[in-house]
Amino acid sequence: MAWRDDWRRVRAIAWKDLTTERRSKAGFNSVVALGVTILVLFGFALGPDAAALRHAAAGALWLAVLFAGVLAFNRSYQVELDTGALDPLLLYPGARWTIFTGKLLANLVLVGLLLAIVVVVGLVLFQVSVPAAWPSLLGVLALGAIGLVALGTFYGAMASRTRAREVLLPLLLFPMLVPVMLAAMQASRALLVGDVMQEAGAWTRLLLAYDLIFLSATHLAFAQIIEG
Amino acid sequence: MIPPAVPHHETPLPVAGRWPLFGAFALVFLIFAQVSSVLVSPPDRDMGHLQKIMYVHVPAAWTTFLAFFVVLVFSLLVLWKGRETHDLIAASAAEVGAMFNALTLALGMIWGRPTWGVWWTWDARLTSTLVLFLIFVGYLSLRAFIEEPERRARWSAAVGVLGAINVPIVYMSVKWWRTLHQLQSSPSTVDPAYVYGLRVNAFAFLFVLIYLVRRRYEAARLARAAEQLNDVAALGGR
Repeated sequence: MAWRDDWRRVRAIAWKDLTTERRSKAGFNSVVALGVTILVLFGFALGPDAAALRHAAAGALWLAVLFAGVLAFNRSYQVELDTGALDPLLLYPGARWTIFTGKLLANLVLVGLLLAIVVVVGLVLFQVSVPAAWPSLLGVLALGAIGLVALGTFYGAMASRTRAREVLLPLLLFPMLVPVMLAAMQASRALLVGDVMQEAGAWTRLLLAYDLIFLSATHLAFAQIIEG
Repeated sequence: MIPPAVPHHETPLPVAGRWPLFGAFALVFLIFAQVSSVLVSPPDRDMGHLQKIMYVHVPAAWTTFLAFFVVLVFSLLVLWKGRETHDLIAASAAEVGAMFNALTLALGMIWGRPTWGVWWTWDARLTSTLVLFLIFVGYLSLRAFIEEPERRARWSAAVGVLGAINVPIVYMSVKWWRTLHQLQSSPSTVDPAYVYGLRVNAFAFLFVLIYLVRRRYEAARLARAAEQLNDVAALGGR
């Protein structure tokens, strides 16, 4: 049962990362605080006109999650690098992609929580009411988070092992995330302030296609970049 | 699973040979192509002589995409075979491609100001060309921050392939977002009077691209050879 062993490895990695984060909390708490701070600053940049704020809410939410979330991706490998645990981890038997999937799932949980908090705070600050189609909104948020986390976890594996990780990760990651951000912002805005052009569906399909393409590509390429 | 990197000293260092001559030919041909196409083509009905920018802007854009296609192919080869030669070719093409990319953007803006009345519009082709430029600036920055050649080869190959996959998706997404660019200029969409200029300049730019990539590759190989001699010296000689 090879796939069952793989799945156990994935769970072990994800559980290890989440336990480390849960026991310290310092990292996650500061990331959430940063996300909320960015939202407040966007409020200053765009407000105080309530209609303008409502219209810009979706964009501000996603940018806050992107800017705060990028800190989580470097941290994802930092614990292993600080303690020299990455090489032993690679020596364990099993496919390399299980390490990636495990870290991806852990990051997905963290970014998911960040997203939930930022969205709730953002709806209040930007005076947007919860839309009737909130299940669709949850779907869009989930698809956007998957795209963000897949590439973030992949590029984090490289950037966190270079001298210039703070600047290199956003420099590599942000241009790659243009389609995710664009689609997630447009679909979220359509669902939050009214879908006059009936476009939320098309953006959601783009998100889905992007997620599938880059989940496969990053899984295939991870073995090449984690060694050495 | 992953093939070991082949050290490059197994292949001899490239020599300049007749390449400087080819470079001189490329330069002369470029001058000929520009001058002749400007002289041959009549002024455009709407744009007048502004249309001449097409003979540098459009070939520069084609050359950019060709260079990044070379990056994609040689990045895939690096991931497959792990040869340093392929990595250095990909890096040279990326550097020259980024230069042509910047040229495309600058020339496009110079063309856009008098014809559209704005320096910049958020149109699909413009925006995705800019995003492509940013992706490959990231690629070149990553290379600059990694010392170990083998790691640099694998990592930048992965970044190059993912970046290339992303280009059509970026284009699609921005196109859905909004679009205004005139129909792409190619010999099939422009008036026959302009076909000659486009064709001849496409070849001129192609020659310049080949020359620059080749010389950049020679320089990269020499830099690597110097690095290796330093390593040997640091370890106390042979």
